[in-house]
Amino acid sequence: MANKIPRVPVREQDPAIRATNFEEVCYGYNLEEASLEATRCLHCKNPRCVAACPVNIRIPDFIAHIAQGDVASAAAVIAEDSSLPSICGRVCPQESQCEGACIVGIKGEPVAIGKMERFVGDWQLDNPLSVPQITPNGHKVAIVGSGPAGLACASDLARIGYEVTVFEALHEVGGVLVYGIPEFRLPKSKIVAREIDKIRQLGVRFETDVIVGRTVTIDSLLDEEGFEAVFIGSGAGLPRFMGIEGENLNGVLSANEFLTRANLMRAYDEQYDTPIYVGRKVVVVGGGNVAMDAVRTAKRLGAEATIVYRRSEKELPARVEEVHHAKEEGIEFRMLTNPTRVLGDDKGWVTGLNCVQMELGEPDESGRRSPVEVAGSDFAIECDVVVMALGTSPNPLIASTTESLATSRRGCIVADEEGRTSRSGVFAGGDTVTGAATVILAMGAGRKAALAIDEYVKSL
Amino acid sequence: MFEIVEKRVLAEGIYLTKVRAPRIARSAKPGQFIIVRADEKGERVPLTIADYDAEQGTVTMVTQALGVSTRKIVAKEPGEAFADIAGPLGRPSEFVAEPIEELRKKRFVFIAGGVGTAPVYPQVKWLAEQGIKPDVIIGAKTKDMLIYTEEMERVAGNVYIATDDGSVGFHGLVTALLEKLIGEGHEYDCCVAIGPMIMMKFVTLTARKYQLPCIVSLNALMVDGTGMCGACRVTIAGKTKFTCVDGPEFNAYDVDFDEAMRRQGMYRTQEQRALAIARERAEGHKCNIGLDK
Repeated sequence: MANKIPRVPVREQDPAIRATNFEEVCYGYNLEEASLEATRCLHCKNPRCVAACPVNIRIPDFIAHIAQGDVASAAAVIAEDSSLPSICGRVCPQESQCEGACIVGIKGEPVAIGKMERFVGDWQLDNPLSVPQITPNGHKVAIVGSGPAGLACASDLARIGYEVTVFEALHEVGGVLVYGIPEFRLPKSKIVAREIDKIRQLGVRFETDVIVGRTVTIDSLLDEEGFEAVFIGSGAGLPRFMGIEGENLNGVLSANEFLTRANLMRAYDEQYDTPIYVGRKVVVVGGGNVAMDAVRTAKRLGAEATIVYRRSEKELPARVEEVHHAKEEGIEFRMLTNPTRVLGDDKGWVTGLNCVQMELGEPDESGRRSPVEVAGSDFAIECDVVVMALGTSPNPLIASTTESLATSRRGCIVADEEGRTSRSGVFAGGDTVTGAATVILAMGAGRKAALAIDEYVKSL
Repeated sequence: MFEIVEKRVLAEGIYLTKVRAPRIARSAKPGQFIIVRADEKGERVPLTIADYDAEQGTVTMVTQALGVSTRKIVAKEPGEAFADIAGPLGRPSEFVAEPIEELRKKRFVFIAGGVGTAPVYPQVKWLAEQGIKPDVIIGAKTKDMLIYTEEMERVAGNVYIATDDGSVGFHGLVTALLEKLIGEGHEYDCCVAIGPMIMMKFVTLTARKYQLPCIVSLNALMVDGTGMCGACRVTIAGKTKFTCVDGPEFNAYDVDFDEAMRRQGMYRTQEQRALAIARERAEGHKCNIGLDK
């Protein structure tokens, strides 16, 4: 019978202190806390959490192992379906996936599945499995992009004997895990680099500074470099802007730029050369995880930081935990507020953001009530930096340099469930196919494509 | 790592660096650029490609040491290596894709300003390989700051020099020299200007006066150089474009130069601060109150 104790709280850095540093917010469970939390699972006959997990991790089974103190077996269960547990445990939107479906959550707090997954993932990094014996099968596959989709695909292919090379455009491996998600939410050297090292140990080669579509092309990889198949996991890296007046003033940045400077280029650390500008007051436009990452980064860099979002708090697409953390850290939230114009001084620098008040009208095609402008409600928010976090779309570089690779109207590469594109031998998955989504979905897509690639190469 | 095989001083503060970067050397085309990161803590610096050799697997860049990051780049010696070089980035010059017969009918004039002479060279060289010999105007402050004149003379039709102080060639700005040449009866169908933003702005005004089509290559601020950050936004014919993926070359008449110049100054305060700190450190100054960390 399940233990009816309240959800075991997770230890976190004090909000007032962490708002001034870039160290990880959440300390995670230790074995004692994880095994206690594990006793809360009901072990439902039809586990709704498993169905709600995008890669169907056998959640009750790994929890049962934790309850018995057998973390190694828990890790083995997770490894069947996920290649990056320490990362997904940190960044998955559990409240709308596994934990959102948890029966315990109907009357109380759901079982802390994400925190337990993170615990197991971290344990595995500290207690690595011996590298499996791999018999090379003599076939070469190229992976484009070293984000979650590419890493998962590379890892699965290497395990079954493929010679895998991952091409990364930036100077560091990890994709959005490195340039997008901040250190305080996903530590780079402690977690991301070690997960990638695990994949490197499988024999996967990483080549940075290679921009597919410029340095090489999909066709040159296939025709000249001897790769038999290519997986494109190049993500959704192109930032959107609003198209409002004043958007090119000095002080208006995409969240991608702001976060890339802070995360990939380590601009928050004086030892690094890349500059970053926050001014005194930063307004971040948007309500997703990227907006939360940007606003909390701005706060940590010493600015007063505000979120401006056109819908209400209920519609915020960000993870609940991030919104909660942001509030604890003193981020101001201005809901039902839509920017109409960026204001500037005569030298062309931002001085404020003109906004209108919104109210919620009828539900739109996404089922969310769409915001409608309240007439005559114009007002200005004073600020010196505006960060646009309005979502991203796939970079057209690969599609535009690869003949007969079909794309959708939104610029996404068209691929089936298993990652097959319109070109034989070319596979794709993750954000470049779906548009900006989650780490876990990209990872799942990379794994499915690995199976399809294996099938394809064997059929040659 | 990208090994340096040659380094030379071209003029005061301007250095030529040749590096081993076989993939880039193989795919580079005129008009494209690279991003260089000197070391693990370095900035990603967009630099023009001054030459490339697919057989040798080398890429040549010309760097003017202005800030902390460019100083780091020029401080590297042969045998040492850059942490990263990414490229070739941006679209190649439009003429690369034009039918050769059409190109041969065109009379090109290139206008190169200062360190901008370096990226003009591969364009003129490429045209020369197709049997086209464009005229080139090279401008500099003074005789000692001129670069790439000999290389240019080998591939160009006529090379005209303009210096601000008249120490060599025409005494005055490149725009005045262009007007003089046109006044003397030189006829051109296409002008390509690469140099400081302010020079490109005024070349554009001059070209417009003679209804001479004009292309400029913009050197906007960038982080990734692949379309990801949008730091290099410029307004082209009223629309926002990214210099890194939509450019770097644009129809000069469409460019909002004033905005482009203003946006180049986005991090000037931080850059100057970093440079001042670096200078004081080099002089042995230690900050006692920890301002330089």
